[in-house]
Amino acid sequence: MMKNTNIMIVGVGGQGSLLASKLLGHVLIKQGCDVKVSEVHGMSQRGGSVVTYVRCGDKVYSPIISEGEADFIVSFEKLEAARHASMLKIGGAVIVNTQQIDPMPVITGAAVYPENVLEELKSKGVKVDELDALSLAKEAGSIKAVNLVLMGRLSRYFPYGEDVWLSAIEETVAPKFVEMNKKAFLLGKNA
Amino acid sequence: MKQLLIGNAAVARGLWEAGVRVVSSYPGTPSTEITEFASKYDEIYCEWAPNEKVATEVAFGAALAGARSACAMKHVGLNVAADPLFTLSYTGVRGGMVICVADDPAMHSSQNEQDSRHYAIAAKVPMLEPSDAQEAYDFAKAAFDISEKYDTPVILRMCTRIAHCQSIVETGEREERDLIPYEKQPAKYIMMPGYAKKKHPMVEERTAALTSLAENCPFNKIELVSGSEIGIVTSGTSYQYVKEVFGDSVSVFKIGLANPMPVESLKKFASSVKRLIVVEELDPVIETHLKNIGLKPEGKSLFPMIGEFSQKDVKKILLGKEEATVSADSPIPGRPPVMCPGCPHRGIYYVLSKLKITALGDIGCYTLGATPPLNALDSTLCMGASISGLHGFNKARGNDSEGKTVCVIGDSTFMHSGMTGLCNVSYNASNSTVIILDNSITGMTGHQQNPTTGYTIKGDPTAKIDLEALCRALGIARVRVVDPYDLKACEAVIKEELASREPSVIISRRPCMLLKYVKPKAPLKVDADKCRTCKSCMRLGCPAISVNGGKAVIDATQCVGCGVCRQLCPFDAIKGDEE
Repeated sequence: MMKNTNIMIVGVGGQGSLLASKLLGHVLIKQGCDVKVSEVHGMSQRGGSVVTYVRCGDKVYSPIISEGEADFIVSFEKLEAARHASMLKIGGAVIVNTQQIDPMPVITGAAVYPENVLEELKSKGVKVDELDALSLAKEAGSIKAVNLVLMGRLSRYFPYGEDVWLSAIEETVAPKFVEMNKKAFLLGKNA
Repeated sequence: MKQLLIGNAAVARGLWEAGVRVVSSYPGTPSTEITEFASKYDEIYCEWAPNEKVATEVAFGAALAGARSACAMKHVGLNVAADPLFTLSYTGVRGGMVICVADDPAMHSSQNEQDSRHYAIAAKVPMLEPSDAQEAYDFAKAAFDISEKYDTPVILRMCTRIAHCQSIVETGEREERDLIPYEKQPAKYIMMPGYAKKKHPMVEERTAALTSLAENCPFNKIELVSGSEIGIVTSGTSYQYVKEVFGDSVSVFKIGLANPMPVESLKKFASSVKRLIVVEELDPVIETHLKNIGLKPEGKSLFPMIGEFSQKDVKKILLGKEEATVSADSPIPGRPPVMCPGCPHRGIYYVLSKLKITALGDIGCYTLGATPPLNALDSTLCMGASISGLHGFNKARGNDSEGKTVCVIGDSTFMHSGMTGLCNVSYNASNSTVIILDNSITGMTGHQQNPTTGYTIKGDPTAKIDLEALCRALGIARVRVVDPYDLKACEAVIKEELASREPSVIISRRPCMLLKYVKPKAPLKVDADKCRTCKSCMRLGCPAISVNGGKAVIDATQCVGCGVCRQLCPFDAIKGDEE
């Protein structure tokens, strides 16, 4: 029986994690996996910390991922990677966009943004795969393509060919954005 | 066909395939997408009603007319719809009728954590509870057969982790159904005492018949494992957590018909195991039933009544095991949800906060005005409570509060249940100042049309309720309109209306910045040479503004150029593109 793979996509409301999970779900289902994708809509989306769980394997029961169970955390922002680090399985990997977005308690001065938080995780043996996805997204043509840059990076860890991902982009993205998103995906994959 | 669907889309598909003709709902997380997806099927007439009571009554009317109908709402919406629900249980239906209600354990986007199963028991109507998207689809479809066979509305109970989880669903095709001919039946549909007294015994008989159905129905699933000492009774997502931890190693009784629950089959299941455990989120509803029929389950003595579960809870509580984890040492600041950059509510809240005004709040995005640094709200209870609450507050404190207390309510919430409160303000003459935050959409649930927007759920133009005229018609002579991006105007109008000796309504009007037709302006910039770091701009709580390197900085990726911060800078350090 194939072991389940657990992927968390985390970020700040409005960063486009919904499209990332849609693409990933699409790829996984095409590969014949049982898939569950859970997200939370509503209040938390308004600039808050947002989490999507993607689980795949022969048979997936729970729609969510618990502490110590994630194989991958794909984070759209540094602090969010650290916030959810305890969800990571020992030996799991964090793929993180190095962008910093101050949360309101930092903006108001009630809290401090922990600048070296990725180094802390590395020192504890967490595999941290960091990239400046925002710059790569700009290079691809839109700052909104951070999601595709990160999916490109994640694709390195899966045994599926590039064509599988690229055709999934064609099937999930509005036609006029397909080329830009493919470019962003490849920039993330090859960066 | 197999496809990946979120639970709510699966429900919509089930409604469509069941031949539903009419769906009426009020949006509410996590139920909203049921109706949004249903509206994409041309065979279904679909609408946003002003509130859940109206929606349920529309569905009742359609069922009375012989059509299959449905309505959808969040758990607290069922409070609003409780009035028709309880008597619908007596009248029954003609065409099948399903009420979809979505609970929100852990309150991801809700003001309380109530358990809708109590409603099914109290109203004596059957309730189905799916545990994934496939079952959401299957149960939604099957609910209509139960509804018509047993002459009752059926509640389909969803929860966040079913409603918003995508999983694989095998779908079918729509079954067209003719309207059942209308027939006048006063004794069935007119619930005055003489008729209602005859209906109540029929309701009790129906429950008995449904209990027999529960003993042997496809909704309840018994998974017996020989030699299993533990037997778990569970339902909904809790079933998935149990299976995640135990796989096929323990006996499980999965409840799919949440009301009424079986008796004999549960007793038989209990007799096959040494230890009977109930795993259910929120209240001990299954556990209480088991105790009522003489069994001795363990439930809330092990599992919490608060929040949602996960496989972690089941593993820890029943097996005493936990996964190893790592974490960062630095404290991680929270990231609470905030009002968006350019949010039209921010200007009003800044003024209320500056003037130290007491503000009773309501339900919507604008509840976020309660958070630092604005801290602009004093209460949030339920839809519409801001206006009625303000009236009561002013009646209690009189002169002491009238000049420094307001309430804020959104356009959609006002149409939902603010109007009746405003009617009370004028009728019972309180000197109250009501602020309607009109952002021309139902915002928090993700942009649904409402009676003030001029568009239907399908985006077709329709009658647009004139808020000013409506408030005047409700007896308010002083109705003012203000642009919340204009801080001076907001301050002046709020001060004038608070000073007036009669009730008033201020309509703060500007469309939500996230609406597609609202085009953001070029981002503003801070001239670092002019910035003295006085942090006046920071008092707005705009997520696009932070202090970096000792100066205020505006994040160009977030700023939409609303210009509100610019009005606060005493050093003219905030500039647009043109300067």
